[in-house]
Amino acid sequence: MSDILIVDDEQVIIDSIIKISKMDDFTAIGVTNVQDALKLLEEEKFLIIISDIMMPDLDGFAFLQKLEEKGIRIPVIMTTGYSTVENAVQSLYQGAIGFIPKPFTIDEMESLIHRSIKFAKISRLEAFSTNKIVYVPCPGKYLRLGYNSWVLPEDDGSALIGLTDHLIKTTENTTSIELLNVDEELLQGNVCVKINTDDDLMHSILSPLSGRIIQRNERLLEEPSLIEKDPYFGGWLYRIIPNEFEYETKHLIPCSSDRN
Amino acid sequence: MKIYRKIGTKLILVIGVTTLIILGIYAYLSISYHSEVMLDEVERHALQLSETVKSSTKYGMLLNQRDHINEIIKTIGSDHQIHAIKIYNKSGEIVYSTNHSEVGVLVDKSQKSCNVCHNENVTLEKISVAERKRIFKTNSDSSRVLGIINPIYNEKSCYTSDCHVHSKESKILGVLDVTFYLNEIDNKIVDNEIRGIIFSIISFIGIAFIVGIFVKRYVDKPVKELVKATEEIGQGNLDYKITELSKDELGKLANSFNKMTQGIKEVRMQLFQSEKMASLGQLAAGVAHEINNPLTGVLTYSSFLLKRTKDNPEMQEDLNVIVRETLRSREIVKGLLDFARQSTPKKSLISINEIIDRAATVVANQLKISGVVLERKFDENLPKLTADANQIQQVFINLFVNGIDASSKKNGKLIVETKLTSLPPKGIVVIKSAMCDKNHSLLDPDFKIEGHPSIKMKIKSGDSSGIIHLDPVYGKQRHSFGLEIDKSKPISLHCPECEISLIDKSGKCPKCGEPLYKFNVANAGHICGCAKFNDDYQKWEHIDLEGPQKFIEIKVADNGSGISSEHLSKIFEPFFSTKGQKGTGLGLSVIWGIIDNHNGTITVESELEKGTAFTIRIPISS
Repeated sequence: MSDILIVDDEQVIIDSIIKISKMDDFTAIGVTNVQDALKLLEEEKFLIIISDIMMPDLDGFAFLQKLEEKGIRIPVIMTTGYSTVENAVQSLYQGAIGFIPKPFTIDEMESLIHRSIKFAKISRLEAFSTNKIVYVPCPGKYLRLGYNSWVLPEDDGSALIGLTDHLIKTTENTTSIELLNVDEELLQGNVCVKINTDDDLMHSILSPLSGRIIQRNERLLEEPSLIEKDPYFGGWLYRIIPNEFEYETKHLIPCSSDRN
Repeated sequence: MKIYRKIGTKLILVIGVTTLIILGIYAYLSISYHSEVMLDEVERHALQLSETVKSSTKYGMLLNQRDHINEIIKTIGSDHQIHAIKIYNKSGEIVYSTNHSEVGVLVDKSQKSCNVCHNENVTLEKISVAERKRIFKTNSDSSRVLGIINPIYNEKSCYTSDCHVHSKESKILGVLDVTFYLNEIDNKIVDNEIRGIIFSIISFIGIAFIVGIFVKRYVDKPVKELVKATEEIGQGNLDYKITELSKDELGKLANSFNKMTQGIKEVRMQLFQSEKMASLGQLAAGVAHEINNPLTGVLTYSSFLLKRTKDNPEMQEDLNVIVRETLRSREIVKGLLDFARQSTPKKSLISINEIIDRAATVVANQLKISGVVLERKFDENLPKLTADANQIQQVFINLFVNGIDASSKKNGKLIVETKLTSLPPKGIVVIKSAMCDKNHSLLDPDFKIEGHPSIKMKIKSGDSSGIIHLDPVYGKQRHSFGLEIDKSKPISLHCPECEISLIDKSGKCPKCGEPLYKFNVANAGHICGCAKFNDDYQKWEHIDLEGPQKFIEIKVADNGSGISSEHLSKIFEPFFSTKGQKGTGLGLSVIWGIIDNHNGTITVESELEKGTAFTIRIPISS
């Protein structure tokens, strides 16, 4: 049994990811198409899957759909050489845990693998414990970009942006948070914050919305653990003026739909 | 093409046959009329002769001088035109005749020449001249003969004569029958017929010849030219033009054909351009995808080497270069992807000077080749602007390329200047929303003034009404009325949709005291103006209160060939191009669209041989 299943039509990518996995003593095997991956998943168990998006025959999105149809709940990291905002947002909307554009650095991939494996382990724990609430649920009015980040639209036209508890639980022991400056622009599906953890990893998190930052949560810089204690209220990241709220929220998931 | 299929042949045939039919009918009518007239003449002549015979033999009859009568009949009958002269007595016996052998022969009264009078055995005493004549042939191949019967009536001198041959009771004593040959007039009639036929044939040939020449010159030649042009276009030669244009319908057709060809050429060019952009996008996506995979390998493995050779500083240095350059390649590919994907505008805070610098780098090579110097006069303290960096960059690339094209031939110079200006909203701000009190939009996208949808109102004055279009630029007066407004009469303005009045009853024009019109602007108050358009009064309190608006003004000027004033008004229209084959005519219209999307304005000033200057103003949103 291996920890990681890699699906990519390019062998060099499979080799690169296997090499990165080995650094942290994870085992990985790779297949070059979705059919082989589905076959392998019936025989073996994996902690996480890393899948390319653009592949001949079935692409990464079709793979995500097949996994959902088969009830296979393994965290998936999506990666692609054709990285667009649409690809990133679509991946997270369809349930991927993370999105990483090619070419990636060792550090970027290593952090994401760590995060995903942690997510997988927590999910298992959640599956076995019936009466314990593992995650703090996202409040009703919020919208989320996959399991990454959330948006709270406010009455005055601005919006608050933060990180979901699912994400925070995978980046435990935050040592510092790197925020962008006021007046800088956020782009949906692009990196909006970097979280450093005590295992020397740096996690880049994608923004749920585009817009101009008008305020940032300075308290987080002094007290990074605040984000773990109160991810939905005191631990917000930015207040922004959204650029295209109507258009961009189409691929966000309303948190109110998580409740049933 | 086969000759009988030619349009000219058909035309000649139709006209020829019609002429032939008309001439034929005319000739037939004319010949039969002439024949009749001639026959009448002969008839009259015959009648006269018959009377002459009758009166010249009268005396002989009375005296019963048979030899004398015979002599007279013989003398008259010797005329070659006269076929025979016969005198019958009452019982039908030929008493006298030019043909002696017939004398004494008893003619059957049922014979054709007799039954005019002896019809149904009733002897008629008075018959008309028409009934008395008959035309017949003595035998089937002889010429026609005309016969006239002249009855000899009983007179007092007859029954009182000494011979006592006739009794007082008989009314008709006998019949004089004179018959004439008709061969002479028959010959004349045939002559006439032949002449008619020859004339018709000559007319037919003559008309066909004239029509033929006309068709060849005015139909065949232009049609041939058109056919040739169609074939050329069909083969893809869109540069083919019909040069010789007549002033008739065919000329108009050729002219429209030329215009159509021009249109096809433009559309093809546009299609070509959009296909080029689309394939460029696909290419970029493909390249990005293909290159990013190997880049990942290079990045991963070089990073690994970096980690494994921590004790070898020399190698570390080299590996760092590989990693750094690979990361740089990553950024280049990302840039390529960003360029290829311009569909949705992505506005962000940008520095206009930086964007212009970037655009200048793109055209740096072209500047060098054309020997054009780009001079930058930047205001370094400009505030940032919310705009789509890629689109704005595109604007300046297009403007620079235009400038280079225009000024490359002589020490070309391009000057780009940026500065912050603040301008009063009048004459600058475009009214982009106009509503009546019932929230019907008054904007008319089908009627644009200077490229912006105008404000439509219904005007009523007395019994007449019409639509007027107001200038959508606040404070400008380039209205289009389309109809004469009688300013002496009261005028009312209405919403064209619901007819609600647009007249503001609470105010009067402060300049002329006439009523005011008023319409609403979404989220920005309302606009009033003089409803009689006597003066330029217009007020938009909401905008006026904001005071002068701040704009970033960018001026791109060249010292090139300039644009003529007739072209100047059209340069922002799509597909207008002065570059011929080189351009699509889309560049400046795209620029216009981009600037308009940013709520900005672009204007142009130009002087032939001196140069052209574009001024762009983009508002800084508060």
